[in-house]
Amino acid sequence: MAEFSTNTREIGNVSVLEVNGYIDAHTAPQLEGAINDLITRNKYKIVVDFDGLKYISSAGLGVFMAFIETVRSNEGDIKLAAMQPNVFNIFDLLGFPLLYEITHSVDEAVTKFK
Amino acid sequence: METKEKYILQVKSKTENLAKVRDFIREIGSNERISSEITDKLVLAVDEACTNIMRHAYHHRNDQDIILKVEVKQGKVVVTITDFGEGFDPQTVPDPDMPTYMKQRRVGGLGLHLIRALMDKVEYQTIPNNYNRLVLQKNYN
Repeated sequence: MAEFSTNTREIGNVSVLEVNGYIDAHTAPQLEGAINDLITRNKYKIVVDFDGLKYISSAGLGVFMAFIETVRSNEGDIKLAAMQPNVFNIFDLLGFPLLYEITHSVDEAVTKFK
Repeated sequence: METKEKYILQVKSKTENLAKVRDFIREIGSNERISSEITDKLVLAVDEACTNIMRHAYHHRNDQDIILKVEVKQGKVVVTITDFGEGFDPQTVPDPDMPTYMKQRRVGGLGLHLIRALMDKVEYQTIPNNYNRLVLQKNYN
């Protein structure tokens, strides 16, 4: 069974959502729940820390697509940080760099909110 | 061309089994000494194909069959995925225009686009009221 976990921490007014393991159609609802939890707490400045993520399929990418308009219409953003090259390649194939800010480090993404 | 190896896996259509499907493909990649770059593409394409079957062919019923057959021929991997659910015409699924797609807040539909981008050849055959068969080919030399 695919292992996936999330952890959220705050840096100033930015929420850093750490994603670990594997995101597929089975675990994507957990990711959806974690982002939904931030939004219901009016946390719209979100950095996703991909450092511990080993794998993502389109089910996971679809989750980011589902929330981005809501987040941006509330003066926030979802920035994507610290991806492994194999994970970045999937985002790149689907054209995400045109639509999302993708940074090398979490700090860099957090700084962009200031 | 002579077939070198053939591998078969049959799983039920529940999303828990996607990890099993990925392990199956990864193990073949390792056995056949296929590069991790090519194996990663096969793993993702097969995951996307099985996810589509679970969602669209079987409409989330989780007790249906998916059969994967992998042949490693000289310089190419051919994955044949068979299901017994509802068929579709891939010609009716265009590749998404991402900015428009995002504005529409759509969540699905990316899988087939990824499969086409990752594989060298994709063939789909549907026999109404019988079975659907997707053949993915990846060259590795």
